[in-house]
Amino acid sequence: MVRSARQRLLAFLAQLALAALIACALAWLGQNVLDNMRERGIRAGFDFLVEPAGFDIGEGPLAFEASQPLWRAFLAGTLNTLRVGLPAMLLASALGLLIGLGRLAQHPVPRRICDALVETLRNIPLLLQLLMCYFALASLLPDASHALAPAPGVLLSQSGLFLPAWRCEDSCGWSWPRVDGFGIDGGWALTPEYMAVLIALSLYTAVFIAEIVRGGIQSVSRGQIDAARSIGLRPAQVLRHVVLPLALRAIVPPLGNQYLNLIKNSSLAVAVGYPDLVSVANTSLNQTGRAFECIVIVMAVYLSLSLLTALLVNTFNARVALRGSP
Amino acid sequence: MKAPRPSTLAWLALFALLAWPVFDWAVLQAVWPADLEACRAARGSGACWGVIAEKHRILLFGRYPYDAQWRPVLATVLIVAVLVAGGLRRIRHGWQVGLALALLVAAVVLMRGGAGLARVPTNQWGGLPLTLIVSLGGTLLAFPLALLLALARRSQQPFLRGLATVYIELVRGVPLISLLFMAAFLFPLLLPTHLRIDILPRVVLTIAGFAAAYLAEVIRGGLQAVPAGQFAAAQAIGLTWRQSMQFIVLPQALRVSLPALVNSFIGIFKDSSLISIVSLHELTGAMSIALGGDADWRSFYLEAYLFIALIYWIFCFGLSRCARGLEARLRH
Repeated sequence: MVRSARQRLLAFLAQLALAALIACALAWLGQNVLDNMRERGIRAGFDFLVEPAGFDIGEGPLAFEASQPLWRAFLAGTLNTLRVGLPAMLLASALGLLIGLGRLAQHPVPRRICDALVETLRNIPLLLQLLMCYFALASLLPDASHALAPAPGVLLSQSGLFLPAWRCEDSCGWSWPRVDGFGIDGGWALTPEYMAVLIALSLYTAVFIAEIVRGGIQSVSRGQIDAARSIGLRPAQVLRHVVLPLALRAIVPPLGNQYLNLIKNSSLAVAVGYPDLVSVANTSLNQTGRAFECIVIVMAVYLSLSLLTALLVNTFNARVALRGSP
Repeated sequence: MKAPRPSTLAWLALFALLAWPVFDWAVLQAVWPADLEACRAARGSGACWGVIAEKHRILLFGRYPYDAQWRPVLATVLIVAVLVAGGLRRIRHGWQVGLALALLVAAVVLMRGGAGLARVPTNQWGGLPLTLIVSLGGTLLAFPLALLLALARRSQQPFLRGLATVYIELVRGVPLISLLFMAAFLFPLLLPTHLRIDILPRVVLTIAGFAAAYLAEVIRGGLQAVPAGQFAAAQAIGLTWRQSMQFIVLPQALRVSLPALVNSFIGIFKDSSLISIVSLHELTGAMSIALGGDADWRSFYLEAYLFIALIYWIFCFGLSRCARGLEARLRH
């Protein structure tokens, strides 16, 4: 569009006015925050992060006790977010691939089952699925003294899932979980909170990934498949060597969006009390009253995680994309 | 007719093996009346739908005063009527849009009181009408902002474009919960000390700001689908920028993005369940009021969850069918 000098000047002035308006609004809000804080006697700043937290975090890769500084609690929360987010990504991808292939199956029965699964799970809020999952795991399962043993060395009860673990204390060896009075001892414990978040997040994301997988595979042209068959490949080989590599190009970009959603959705963990970043921030917010600072930390961490995920997906996408395609 | 293949029989057997226990639990062994003793006896073998017979009013309407519950019923009916009319593409002309908006306002007035009805404070609102008001109100308020953001993001003015881009990417990069915490804890700090706003409008505005970022991207997609020649032609016949947008570009862009807009609304409808975390008792949150404090019925959470899930499912499934219908019409 060609513009006259006068139009350009007007546009410039309009932008200047907008910038001034926004600056005024921000200044007004800032002044309000300062007034409110003075009135309520709240201090500002991030100095509270070095003070002792005053609460424990029960699980996670980074042990955390109440006497340790608060910044470590935020770090432990972030690690807990990743501890549930990364396995959920793997599980959701595997399940999504399976359900997506199931929806393309030639046989009507598995196809219908997968269709029904997708239509059910994606039309119910994740929060509700998470609460249901948690209720089932924490209330419907038998208590620890009557734990189920779905496989040798695996115990499942209200207090969580217990798996055998490789431990090195005095000497290295397998630690097997076993029922000990009213509790379960040894092994590797996964709490019901963690299991609920992992299962609900994986299933919910899997049905969206299934749709992406289905769309990607349907985008592979018929001729490619016929050509692969005609050179004598078996159906499984056609899928493995021709269809999936081609479909991957259509799948990766929207898959990246689903991974971003998964990371953001993991914040719902706060609803069942899994100590993820949001849950830690919520607790510290209630204890210190530093609402602004806590929310800023949460947003900054999620933005960084989102950017990191986007970066990884884009790098991977550049590797699978066709050379010369836009 | 051919004999069924052996694989069909195997699949059907597997399906029956999985589905039979569910059917047995949910229908054959289930207890339907609100009979606590029968429910306790059937625990573990059959569903207790009696919990819904007993608690359906709290599940559907939260803590709304019992003898005034015709108001949330009527409000829900009005909102659902507008949604169904929209879904069946019956809202086309200007006056119909006006009527739909008037009905939605009437629904809010019914809930809130005034105009001869007793006031009901928002902390007593709950259940389905609250879910509908928050998600639909949030989306409708988001729409004008989304339109502006989409246009700004495609603008040639660098400052305007940068502002829209930063807003959209910032909001899309953080979880809704963190924004809702902002509405609950930070909003009161941002306003002048003498001004106090109730939590419900704060949350609706926050959902609107959140939804606007997502809707803006959908509308931008629609704008990109309109060929550049359309705008050039509009300029060539002497229309101003505003006229070209209003009469030529936007009608085409919005038509293309309508299915995706409906899908975004489904997302917001589901996301509205998150407001239970900042203690507004919409459908998901009403469950904890209905069952959390009742030691007798507390053990039948699962049945109540399934009931709530069914309500969500009906709305979301209906809307997604509507989006699919719109998409099919676009292709012709």
